[in-house]
Amino acid sequence: MAIFLNKDSKVIVQGMTGATGMKHTKLMLGDGTNIVGGVNPRKAGTSVDIDGNDIPVFGTVAEAMEKTGANVSVLFVPPAFAKAAVVEAIDAEIPLAVVITEGIAVHDSAAFWAYAKSKGNKTRIIGPNCPGLITPGQSNAGIIPGDITKPGRIGLVSKSGTLTYQMMYELRDIGFSSAVGIGGDPVIGTTHIDALAAFEADPDTDLIVMIGEIGGDAEERAADFIKENVTKPVVGYVAGFTAPEGKTMGHAGAIVSGSSGTAAAKKEALEAAGVKVGKTPTETAKLARAILAG
Amino acid sequence: MDLFEYQARDLFAKHGVPVLAGEVIDTPEAARAATDRLGGKSVVKAQVKVGGRGKAGGVKLAATPDEAVARATDILGMDIKGHTVHKVMIAELSPEIEAEYYVSYLLDRTNRTFLAMASVQGGMDIEEVAEKTPEALAKVPVDSNEGVTIEKAREIVAQAKFPAEVAEKVAEVMVTLWDTFVAEDALLVEVNPLVKTKDGKILALDGKVSLDANADFRQPEHEALEDKDAANPLEAAAKAKNLNYVKLDGEVGIIGNGAGLVMSTLDVVAYAGEAHGSVKPANFLDIGGGASAEVMANGLEIILGDPDVKSVFVNVFGGITACDEVANGIVQALELLKTKGEDVTKPLVVRLDGNNAELGRKILSDANHPLVQRVDTMDGAADKAAELAAAAK
Repeated sequence: MAIFLNKDSKVIVQGMTGATGMKHTKLMLGDGTNIVGGVNPRKAGTSVDIDGNDIPVFGTVAEAMEKTGANVSVLFVPPAFAKAAVVEAIDAEIPLAVVITEGIAVHDSAAFWAYAKSKGNKTRIIGPNCPGLITPGQSNAGIIPGDITKPGRIGLVSKSGTLTYQMMYELRDIGFSSAVGIGGDPVIGTTHIDALAAFEADPDTDLIVMIGEIGGDAEERAADFIKENVTKPVVGYVAGFTAPEGKTMGHAGAIVSGSSGTAAAKKEALEAAGVKVGKTPTETAKLARAILAG
Repeated sequence: MDLFEYQARDLFAKHGVPVLAGEVIDTPEAARAATDRLGGKSVVKAQVKVGGRGKAGGVKLAATPDEAVARATDILGMDIKGHTVHKVMIAELSPEIEAEYYVSYLLDRTNRTFLAMASVQGGMDIEEVAEKTPEALAKVPVDSNEGVTIEKAREIVAQAKFPAEVAEKVAEVMVTLWDTFVAEDALLVEVNPLVKTKDGKILALDGKVSLDANADFRQPEHEALEDKDAANPLEAAAKAKNLNYVKLDGEVGIIGNGAGLVMSTLDVVAYAGEAHGSVKPANFLDIGGGASAEVMANGLEIILGDPDVKSVFVNVFGGITACDEVANGIVQALELLKTKGEDVTKPLVVRLDGNNAELGRKILSDANHPLVQRVDTMDGAADKAAELAAAAK
């Protein structure tokens, strides 16, 4: 099972032929991902050899889907062209688009989200500015290192890439069903709530780890959702207790403005929903471990 | 990036939002000529990026050019809630005001859409209006791809219950304000107050604009709007090297990879510091994914150059970043600083995990630098760094 991504996923890469795209396509292949093609209108009809895999390059997402049956696209397209690339993926109605690109202007991400919505959200968008998602042992769509952990029964959803890796490492002996990095931008496609709902429904997930950070109210809304809808144990971590007001901490969305978006408020909301919240990543891992040990 | 009022005024004017004449100056004497150009009377307005400047005495009327110079003398250099006034705007006097309104566009993160907000109760703090009389603040979602046409603007104005005699004029302002919002890649455009004058005009008297730094690639003019005066010298140096750095007020210098992990590192150091004389993190510095030895060295140079820093904590989980590159960066940076004749005396605590961690740890062990010590857990390393900072305090 796992969520959003499994061994049957057929993955294409938009922006595969760029340096970052090539590097990570190679890594994804190494993790067993079934990569069926790349997309680049200027190189359509050619193919690229990656570690002995002959990967065809298509002119459009629609063509790649028609020829290969692809159902996942991973995007490594530079910020200036990302909106057009996501819109193309939405028009092709590919079921999942994973937008790795960092630094997309908010007017662009708001525009492609509004567009996806107007088209009935047939394409699930993960990101932008995210590490993607991995179902260990089956498939990897993005840049999460595949060798940190093994398949297991913990589901992980996180705004932050490196905290995802840290948590996977802390709990590497138990392993993960899927880990989803949803991204730290102000406008993102898949939210904590979407991932929580999917993990709740996934028979291969026994416990959910949720990592949040300052800015916005996504964690508070996730807490409300957990209270009403999640029966599996959830362990949480929130980064940014010491972040000062009005300063952006790396992620465009990670900013405390006035009294809104503070880590303390998020922690409190999660705890009120019955989520055990760790003070540090290591303590959070201990909490998860204790629950799984019964 | 938040703009000053005069910069917001300029952008409004550029996109057709009605504003009064005004110019910005930074010496008292310049107030005379500026006031002359406005017909001999002006309003002298402190330019600070904080609310409540009127109450703090940062906005004064001047009936003559001499008076404008006197008021500018008073206001320049004034401290308003911790912000020093370096510039004042000499603005045209508003005709007599009959009503004050509020209008804005911003991102509604929760609903992942843009939002128009409008109220006939302008002039005061809009958060107060939202709290005390939420029914007086209309909030209308705006689809990014449909934008604000005059029809949409009329809908916003109707929802906010603007009086009939101003409705059409305010709707026209809502369209030009939307143009400003989109054309400038703004995260917020706010007019407060938008006034109705006795002679029936609608004018934007004060405003706030915040711009999206991610759009800089298509907004070449925005660079000139940066407030170079306010930038911390360390932040400026870091920016010149493309490092993501924020100066904080503690003693433990922090370097890590990935925004989330660095934010978490700040927290873990602050917790550890509670047991060590309340030392705190001195900065946020994210060297990003896949950082090279050079990037690491640049980062370390900035941190070691901060006189407030008493110890340094390098916290790296190698995902894409390779720990051997990080270790090489640390060794190189220390050598580089030595050849520059800088006497590095601050202890470094390094925690490396993940991609090539063993290799990285070995490089550090082999270099055997007297100031560098390895601690292989994040919590343990934070505690060590806090302890060292407290000892050097």
